[in-house]
Amino acid sequence: MSGAVAQGERVVAAIDQGTTSTRCLLFTHSGRMVAVAQREHRQHYPRPGLVEHDALEIWRNVRRVVPAALRRAGLEPSNVVALGIANQRETTVVWNRHTGIPLARAITWQDTRTDAIVERLVSDGQTGLYAGISGLGPATYFAGPRLQWLLDHVPGAREGALSGDVVFGTIETWLIWQLTGGPDGGRHVTDVTNASRTMLMDLRTLQWSDELLTALRVPRRMLPEIRSNSEVYGHCTGVLDGVPVAGALGDQQAALVGQTCFAPGEAKCTYGTGGFLLKNTGSRIAGSEDGLIPTVGYLFGDDPVYALEGSIAMTGSLVQWFRDALGMISTAAQIETLAMTVPDNGGCYVVPAFSGLYAPRWHPDARGVIVGLTSYIHRGHLARAVLEATAWQTREVLDAMNRDSGLPVTRLKVDGGMTANHLLMQFVADVLDVPVERPLGSEAVSLGAAYAAGLAVGYWPDPEVLRRNWHRAAAWEPDMDPRLRRSEHENWGRAVDRSFGWARPGS
Amino acid sequence: MAKPIQSIERAAAVLRLLGGAGRPLALAELAAALDLPRPTAHGIVRTLCDEDLAGQDPSTGRYHLGDGLTRLGSAWDRHDLRSRAMNWADALAATTGCAVFLGVPEDRGVGLVHHVFRPDGTPQRLRTNAVQPLHATAWGLCLLAFAPVAARPPQEMERYTRRTVTTAAALADVLAETRRRGWAADAGGYEPDVGRVAVPVRSGGGLTVAALGIGAPLEELFGPGGRVRPDPLAALTSAAGEIAASLEAER
Ligand SMILES: Nc1ncnc2c1ncn2[C@@H]1O[C@H](COP(=O)(O)OP(=O)(O)O)[C@@H](O)[C@H]1O
Ligand SMILES: [Mg+2]
Repeated sequence: MSGAVAQGERVVAAIDQGTTSTRCLLFTHSGRMVAVAQREHRQHYPRPGLVEHDALEIWRNVRRVVPAALRRAGLEPSNVVALGIANQRETTVVWNRHTGIPLARAITWQDTRTDAIVERLVSDGQTGLYAGISGLGPATYFAGPRLQWLLDHVPGAREGALSGDVVFGTIETWLIWQLTGGPDGGRHVTDVTNASRTMLMDLRTLQWSDELLTALRVPRRMLPEIRSNSEVYGHCTGVLDGVPVAGALGDQQAALVGQTCFAPGEAKCTYGTGGFLLKNTGSRIAGSEDGLIPTVGYLFGDDPVYALEGSIAMTGSLVQWFRDALGMISTAAQIETLAMTVPDNGGCYVVPAFSGLYAPRWHPDARGVIVGLTSYIHRGHLARAVLEATAWQTREVLDAMNRDSGLPVTRLKVDGGMTANHLLMQFVADVLDVPVERPLGSEAVSLGAAYAAGLAVGYWPDPEVLRRNWHRAAAWEPDMDPRLRRSEHENWGRAVDRSFGWARPGS
Repeated sequence: MAKPIQSIERAAAVLRLLGGAGRPLALAELAAALDLPRPTAHGIVRTLCDEDLAGQDPSTGRYHLGDGLTRLGSAWDRHDLRSRAMNWADALAATTGCAVFLGVPEDRGVGLVHHVFRPDGTPQRLRTNAVQPLHATAWGLCLLAFAPVAARPPQEMERYTRRTVTTAAALADVLAETRRRGWAADAGGYEPDVGRVAVPVRSGGGLTVAALGIGAPLEELFGPGGRVRPDPLAALTSAAGEIAASLEAER
């Protein structure tokens, strides 16, 4: 896709390195996207629970999509004032700094091979140590345990790390290093948002914690330097030769910036495969009760802005399951058509606890249930119940966030593939009882990376001007009888109760 | 490989012609366009009418695409349409500064499948799923002109403003003009101060599946003498082309 762009126009490039694909997007000063190019990469599933990516394939794809996007816009590298990166978080790479070759495939955020390591940390009573310093209780999502696994299982990894030949990075670190020269002077840096997802960084000092490094047996010299989200890390050599690499953020934090949630209390939810709700908490580090995660929102300059994050494991993926496993619809969008064949859920509820319930309930032994089945129920009711599950899960996360002290969320900015579904967005507004708004241009993740890079080189003077680029494309106002909201909420809660304790230990 | 069957090739050509013309065609026009003797062209088009793939207007004797075509395969799901159109609709709102609508034929009206707010920060209400009158809105007129099988002119034409088209004769003129120039407009026919322009979105084979339109305060879309301003019209036409291409590409 490309749009008209004047010759000689200066643009900011963003790389969105996601779980399934790598994209390059070009943005103008007004935040308008003028071109995008995309390439998928292979998912490696060596065993159940293991999900790996080939870091070299991802790097190869970056070198392809960047020139492709420029071609589509009819622009040259000299038109690009800066490059920003947003990336899948917590995916872990170790490589040899002299050859640029990874020692193993990258272990992705969905990979659960570290569950034994994590269980041991918990049973050893170390939860408080990690939560106290990094803000994160031990979980298989995070990069630190993955790095320990690689050091212990990949031949040569630990020796190489100790001798300084083998280095670690999450995906943005890997890409910045390659972009700025690789073995030939590449910059070995990470940013505070990605570092905040490793379980290795002190959330207050924004530096690696010696205590946690020791606890996880990670040699300090293999770690990248932690930098802000918006500064010139280095300059590209080769692809985009001479262009400053000037922004990097984890994808969900990038969306927070792209949605210009710059004031405490402002929140966004990205509805894709999963759902990710982040609320700006300003200079305050929120508590991590209820399974919500305090994290760095962004660091522009000297003072970090923190965020509170709640994630929902299954949102779009439940729709995919409804389509692919049940065959009820042939495209994700058709779930709205099917749901509109009935006026309500007919008393039917779907709780998508496919691998347990996460924030804010934490029942690993829960499994999915469909309740309220009667002979009256047909496909349309199930379609509604599938969509409503996304809304009620959002409500639970938002309620937990509002229990946290600080400003309550009074409106929610949304982005991601599911915002195409207007019935769902209306229902989200109805059950949250706050207005839901979609911005023009649904590329909040990439836009956030572009903003960080453009701010660093003065293309934009300060974050406040970026607010003027945010335009409301749609708004859904709450329109539900409070009594109905209350009784449906209660029904959802009763449905969730029925999902508990289904999985037996060891299954 | 089996030899192609000439009569089927010709029948396909007739369908393409009827679908692409944007107006009903006389037998003489069909025969001339296909370079066929009149009796041959007549045999083909009569057979298509029997199969309900073509239809004949009883008053003028001209031919158009038949109802049966809309039932061939399934028509586009309206939410698939929205999904395919969404990025282009956003880009169109950004470049024109207008609100964007996507409408499809529905019982006695045009059903709004998608709506993007005018990006000026003013309070607006989402109109998705609203049904608006065919004869009074640019998107309705667009469907009447380019999707005459699916959208039929109403018997009663209610007046909404001073500018609403309310007689069959006036409507026929407007539709003829719309077909001639390829786009539809209402200069305040539904709401007095709002102007609208719409173009057809065609799927493979030339069938019009939706109307893509923009709406804005009257004077922003219409210049002196009621002429539509060229820039938004060009952006609208190119967005409709991109949406059509995305329908074509991934079906
Ligand atoms: N109209 C829709 N209604 C409901 N779900 C949808 C719709 N369109 C897409 N989805 C879901 O959204 C997800 C894709 O959104 P996207 O933002 O591209 O996700 P990701 O970035 O995680 O790959 C898929 O899981 C799909 O099932
Ligand atoms: Mg994505």
